[in-house]
Amino acid sequence: MPVNVEIPVEKWPGSVRQVTLGATAAEGGTRQHTVAVGGANTLPFLGFEGTLPHRPQIAIEVRSSNPGEEWPEPLSSAWGDVLDDPAAWAKAAEAAGAELILLRLTSTDNTGASMTAAKARKVLRGVLGATGLPLIVLGPGQAELDNELLVAVAEEGVGERLVLGYCEDKNYRTIVAAALAHHHLVISRTPMDVNLAKQLTILIHDMGLPLERIVMDPTTGALGYGMEYGYSVMERLRLAALQGDIMTQQPMIVTPGEEAWRTKEARAGEGVPGAWGDWAQRAVNWEALTAAALVESGADIIVLRHPETVARVKRMITELMAA
Amino acid sequence: MALSGLEIYKLLPRTNCKECGYPTCLAFAMKLAAKQAKLSLCPTVSEESKARLSAAATPPIRLITLAADGRKLEVGNETVLFRHEKTFFHPVGLLVRVPDTLSAAEITALAKAVADYKVDYVGMALTLDGLAVDAVSGDADKFAAAVAAVRGVCTMPLVLLTEDPTVMAAGLAKTAGVTPLLYAATAANWEELARLAKSAKAPLAVRADTLAGLAELTDKLTGAGVEDLVLDPALRAFNGSLATLTQLRRLALKKNFRPVGYPIITFPYLGEADPAMEGLLAAQQIAKYAGMVVLGRFDPATVYPLLVLRANIYTDPQKPIQVEPGIYPINKPGPDTPVLVTTNFSITYFAVANEMESSGLPAWLLVADAEGMSVLTAWAAGKFDAEKIAKTVKGTGIAEKVGHRKVVIPGHVAVLLGELEEELPGWQIKVGPREAVDLPRYLKTAW
Repeated sequence: MPVNVEIPVEKWPGSVRQVTLGATAAEGGTRQHTVAVGGANTLPFLGFEGTLPHRPQIAIEVRSSNPGEEWPEPLSSAWGDVLDDPAAWAKAAEAAGAELILLRLTSTDNTGASMTAAKARKVLRGVLGATGLPLIVLGPGQAELDNELLVAVAEEGVGERLVLGYCEDKNYRTIVAAALAHHHLVISRTPMDVNLAKQLTILIHDMGLPLERIVMDPTTGALGYGMEYGYSVMERLRLAALQGDIMTQQPMIVTPGEEAWRTKEARAGEGVPGAWGDWAQRAVNWEALTAAALVESGADIIVLRHPETVARVKRMITELMAA
Repeated sequence: MALSGLEIYKLLPRTNCKECGYPTCLAFAMKLAAKQAKLSLCPTVSEESKARLSAAATPPIRLITLAADGRKLEVGNETVLFRHEKTFFHPVGLLVRVPDTLSAAEITALAKAVADYKVDYVGMALTLDGLAVDAVSGDADKFAAAVAAVRGVCTMPLVLLTEDPTVMAAGLAKTAGVTPLLYAATAANWEELARLAKSAKAPLAVRADTLAGLAELTDKLTGAGVEDLVLDPALRAFNGSLATLTQLRRLALKKNFRPVGYPIITFPYLGEADPAMEGLLAAQQIAKYAGMVVLGRFDPATVYPLLVLRANIYTDPQKPIQVEPGIYPINKPGPDTPVLVTTNFSITYFAVANEMESSGLPAWLLVADAEGMSVLTAWAAGKFDAEKIAKTVKGTGIAEKVGHRKVVIPGHVAVLLGELEEELPGWQIKVGPREAVDLPRYLKTAW
């Protein structure tokens, strides 16, 4: 006897806010094209019940100085000489399939000298010249230096609709002011908590920055190192967004590359159990599986490090977006 | 579908007789709803109410057991769509496919490797759950020999993959001692496979490429007396698999639609031929609603992260993983190496351990039993005070491993400094940074 199965479809009242990164010449910048994220009115990839106007985008991390020992061999060897030159690196990242470039300004340059505002401007110029992709620019992660460098970068890149980060609970005003003054976007980063994420969005918005210029980073844990906390916070944020809570509707940026490549599983080639398997494969799997889980839980921008991971995660997203 | 406390209350005698040990029927109903009390405590509940309550308590996704000698795989019985709503209960079974076209030596080697695979993750031993013997040959004797070879070297739960009832019967004959899952009944062969499943008392997987097709088949099979079923919605690729598995979970949980109230089996290797992509598809299916995942190949570099992913997704969000209190050596520490102390909340531990690992600096990390709380929470709750820290330093015997007498406490508990100096005479207490990320810099400059 034929059985009638009614597919359960959720009609969500809310949707993820659409945010556009970068600006073309016509829009006052120099990017070849802009990149839009967000806009979905259903859970990730459930095309049968809603629309997903933009696929999640892959950013590759490029640094202003060579990461040296900080990056294990399977990662640094994938890039080779370009690690010494952020412009060449950005070009290589674009060739490797990046849809966005994340430029991380480090506290020292390749000679070991301190990073300065003037040097940061120069690095930014170089990277803008080397790639036509929209840019995300991060400071070294020390509040004072972040502010100094990001203010300079904001001014130097005026009109480019850069994404500046990180705005955090204790340090966001200067970065938001710089974004306001020079027409950029910001990343609002909070430590794995729905309410903190919401609160910082509100504080940034209260300074006058439109919600269309805020991307939120709910903080990522690597696979095996707290990944599930970030995963569930993301699911809760996305559900809240779809239920219509407007301060949770910002697109989400996650950093599985950074987190996964800090783990022992990615870093250790010797003196580890045989059950861990081949180092290079395991390391890339660690990054790719961390990213995959976050793609499923609602990431809109995924920041990766290894070109092989980029290829895999892009392929996964293409498959997930297939009608 | 689970009833609310008020719905249960309406089915109780409402006499407030207190025989159950609770002050009122309403209080008892609330405890029942929270599954913290048993209905049998009520001496006067009517038979009709009992029947209705037990029907409501029938899990919306049936628990299926694959038994083997001394070990079993249980899947199903899930109650939520998102782990934060409660938790996921029965970790996805991860199995490895064994084609019967391999040589006998290859089959035994593979079966042994899968059965012996074990990896440690924060004190838990993670293992694979079983083998799926695939009758690629289509030959009954060859399949039977493959099943016998697998049984000869391991005691893991099994899945038998063939749609041919004759081949299935031949394989099944070699499975004495285990209750395998038979895969799969289809519209074409369901009657014969139902007979085999019934006589072997084995669970049966059902394959159809539409949800209606699945529901029709499960109706027929339950009608024929086979109740332990597993679903294969046969949509293999990322997108189709996510959509159907989500729909099936929603139908079972939100609509209480019994014909699909069974765990799901997936075959990521059929959706992605590239081994690297197969791993990502398996990851998706672990996170989103598979009950069993059959991997096309056994590769430790993929299996390890998949097992960790499963452990993460199936961690009860209300009971975060605690790490075992004790001494954790990082980067081969020696007698001059710094001693750090922190709590046993897994995220706290990971934050510290990870920063130290990646800095390359050696350290002895002492993990105190703070009942799984982070530094600030534990301190506020009195679980990470001077006494506890002193006890950890003394109890772990770290003094025998280092020549110095210095210990670094987290910056968040700097206030404990004076008290701790009294508790630990002879030790120099150093106040470290508040955040783990600042530890390497602190140790380079202040140790």
